[in-house]
Amino acid sequence: MIWNEAKECMSRDEIEALQSARLVKVVNRVYHNVEYYRKKMQAVGLEPGDIKGIEDLDKLPYTTYQDLRDTYPFGLAAVPKSEMVRVHASSGTTGKPKIAVYTRRDIDIWAECVARCLSMAGITRDDIIQVGYGYGLFTGGLGAHYGAEYLGALVLPMSTGNTQKLIDMMIDCDVTSIACTPSYLLHVAEDLEKAGLIDKIKLKSAICGAEPWTDEMRDQMESRLHIKAYDIYGLTEMMGPGVACDCEYHRGLHIWEDHFLPEIIDPVTLKQLPKGSDGELVITNLTKEGMPLIRYRTKDLTSIQYDKCECGRTMARIQRFRGRSDDMLIIRGVNVFPSQVEAALLTVEGTTPHYMLVVDRVDNTDTLEVQVEVAENFFTDEIKSLEKLSKTVHDKLKMAIGLNAKVKLVEPNGLEHFDGKSKHVTDKRKLYQ
Amino acid sequence: MFVKQLSVFLENTEGRLDEVLKILAQGGIDLLSASLADTMEYGVLRLISKEPDKAKQILKEAGFAARIDEVIAVVVPDAVGSLAKVVGMIHAAGINISYIYGLSIDGEGAPIAIKTDDNAKAEGLLNAAGVTTLGMEDLQ
Ligand SMILES: [Zn+2]
Repeated sequence: MIWNEAKECMSRDEIEALQSARLVKVVNRVYHNVEYYRKKMQAVGLEPGDIKGIEDLDKLPYTTYQDLRDTYPFGLAAVPKSEMVRVHASSGTTGKPKIAVYTRRDIDIWAECVARCLSMAGITRDDIIQVGYGYGLFTGGLGAHYGAEYLGALVLPMSTGNTQKLIDMMIDCDVTSIACTPSYLLHVAEDLEKAGLIDKIKLKSAICGAEPWTDEMRDQMESRLHIKAYDIYGLTEMMGPGVACDCEYHRGLHIWEDHFLPEIIDPVTLKQLPKGSDGELVITNLTKEGMPLIRYRTKDLTSIQYDKCECGRTMARIQRFRGRSDDMLIIRGVNVFPSQVEAALLTVEGTTPHYMLVVDRVDNTDTLEVQVEVAENFFTDEIKSLEKLSKTVHDKLKMAIGLNAKVKLVEPNGLEHFDGKSKHVTDKRKLYQ
Repeated sequence: MFVKQLSVFLENTEGRLDEVLKILAQGGIDLLSASLADTMEYGVLRLISKEPDKAKQILKEAGFAARIDEVIAVVVPDAVGSLAKVVGMIHAAGINISYIYGLSIDGEGAPIAIKTDDNAKAEGLLNAAGVTTLGMEDLQ
């Protein structure tokens, strides 16, 4: 079902005209109300009058995580505190959290965006939905909650931390839908299976987000719980969950272009790229009052499709995320992501070994060495099997990233073990000094 | 009747070989035989001892990748062409030999370790031809 057909199915011309009008307004607002933005624009010789529509978008300076840190907490707010009604925050990996400020209207628009997403997942006012995201500064709980209420569904604000209660109430209250992270839903599925309660649930759909997930996880959720699962995307900085969501055709996530203006840029040259290109997703808040962000660099790498979807919506679709631009390496002109290497290694023996990418520059040529830990399950007593292992790794990597890498087998624990991602790289080229 | 062989992965053979042998000596492991197979980059050290499982545990705790495999310990008679005969018999039966090395175990003849892709069949035909093979209990 389409919640707001007038907006979700606008023609491309109508969308662009609306975006242009809203862009001009928001640029004027931040110029006059936010000193930080005004200075940034003045630094590049821009006045609000220079922005006449979305064709001028690429004249505007970018906003980054660093800007949020520099202005923490309220330096980017475009309204006085009396107009603000809520703050949300997401924990940054280092330093201060990233915060977002909302006016009453922002909260309403957010609720509608989430309602559109839930509606896309077939949820109506007749549904009973459990919100299994954390309630608090995190946008997941309250964001999904307000959206579901706005839609008119019956909401059970479960929050996180008590799976037994969630399962009991799911059965007792005939819950038909759930909003939570994909990994948590799989955990719930496991507990339901262990308790032999799969037949007792009435669940039909799940809206999962807040972390990246794969088609394989979708297949698992759908077959184990007999439901349909949908992917919802959002960032605290822009609003929270509900910036985009996927429809039943799973052809990418429809982004609400009347509120969010997406573009794709080259993360290295920082130039805007033509429609359909692969690059970093940059989003501009078109309607947010509290803390509108102009050309915010999400660091997520993807592309955007603009053709009309089979579901009838015209809103552009964000394609599968290929990685984060801050993890990307450029080796001999080829973009390489640690995630690609990891996926390739996964196919070698069905398990991901510990690995490290070592990039260097020898005689002006980039070299890539992939160090693979020979853990017990990879080790054999025969040299020829080990040689075969290195060759298989080499060939899989060649297929995945298009580069000939030198494969070096190393002793277990020879590589430092990190919990986080992106620590799988040692770049010895001194490119950015 | 096979002999248990402990193999260890060595990232760079020069520095690490010394270390493996020291760790095992400290752990009270009496090595009967050692053979190193190496490439430009890394090596596999193959060891025969009376306590292979204990040796493996010691190395694992020290962070090495180690595993245990069974090899045939063949007593090759002291006569010209004996080794060729042994290898010939295995080949004739269509069994592949993965590697072969000499064992320094006291006794009659010259004991060698052979790893094949069908140890049971290889040992069976050697024994049927009157060739002696050793088991763990013979390692004294
Ligand atoms: Zn669609």
